[in-house]
Amino acid sequence: MNLFHCLRRGSAPIARERLQILFAHERSARSQPDLLAVLREEILAVIGRHVSFEPDKVQIKVSRDKSISTLAVDIEIPNGGRALDVLSPQSRPRFSPRLDYNVSRTDQWVI
Amino acid sequence: MGKVLVVTSGKGGVGKTTSTAALGAALAHDGQKVVVIDFDIGLRNLDLVMGAERRVVFDLINVINGVAKLSQALLRDIRLETLYLLPASQTRDKDALTEEGVANVIEELRTKFDWVICDSPAGIERGATLAMRHADLAIIVTNPEVSSVRDSDRIIGLLDSKTAKAERGECVEKQLLITRYHLSRAGRGEMLPIDDVLEILSCPLLGIIPESQEVMRASNVGSPVTLNDALSAPARAYFDAARRLNGEYIPMRVHSESRGFLNTLFGRKAA
Repeated sequence: MNLFHCLRRGSAPIARERLQILFAHERSARSQPDLLAVLREEILAVIGRHVSFEPDKVQIKVSRDKSISTLAVDIEIPNGGRALDVLSPQSRPRFSPRLDYNVSRTDQWVI
Repeated sequence: MGKVLVVTSGKGGVGKTTSTAALGAALAHDGQKVVVIDFDIGLRNLDLVMGAERRVVFDLINVINGVAKLSQALLRDIRLETLYLLPASQTRDKDALTEEGVANVIEELRTKFDWVICDSPAGIERGATLAMRHADLAIIVTNPEVSSVRDSDRIIGLLDSKTAKAERGECVEKQLLITRYHLSRAGRGEMLPIDDVLEILSCPLLGIIPESQEVMRASNVGSPVTLNDALSAPARAYFDAARRLNGEYIPMRVHSESRGFLNTLFGRKAA
């Protein structure tokens, strides 16, 4: 919602929408408390088996919307890394396995 | 056997203690035997809100430790003879609150009173979970504001999983008490309307307490809102809620401060 909307209708509808989106996730997460932490660990373990990367150079973003959620993992891999042994010469310059580019929403947290 | 009621919220400062005192006094005002218990170990305040702070000798922890008998720790209200208070301890040792001790105290009170009202501390720690542990009915105090609504949802989750009833496969009845409500601000779309809060939390409504200066005025003088000025808007709202607890059908309404012409002429005090 934009500012115009906000001034005209008040901020309460925004509060309602934010809470509904939040609860859709928090309530389903009750049975599996830390899904995101598990995903992060396992994804990084799999990638770490094949290429070496700096843990600091990993960005994980989640975006939660009413109907869909997206998870974006962005790993920066140095050119001199072990990835060179695995990958073909053509892709040597830079390898950045992006699981999802489609992250442009407002409710984003970097983990 | 009396009913055990927990007044809870998750978030602090939403009006749990005010509501406990006001509802307890309203129920006792109708002649029922009521005990209110402060579970906020180390940060007791129910005694202060009820104006009994200078009479506290023994407390809940003393009873649990066997230092005092329950009858010695219970304070009778100076205004209503069927209203009693069991104060919390001011010591910092929260572990003194044992599950078995709390169970024994609640069971004994249940046989002697019509209503046992547990004033939960904020948060989701031991004090809060023990306050709700033996409840038949939970009153979830919520402000129409995002952080309070979120915390209420967390508390509802705990009520459905961590209470004695939930563990027996039964369900703790839950009702929302919306406090600090501004009718005009909700009308202008500046505050979450009641219907939205109810829909988001999917929980029935016990009452709507309007924002009012009377709440602080009553706590300043150490009197439950419902006894300090029974005609004030929040007092009337609490009386409605108390009657709903008794199973009466009272139409839901938002009380306003406006009074009749005679009330305005002859001053504010009614109780």
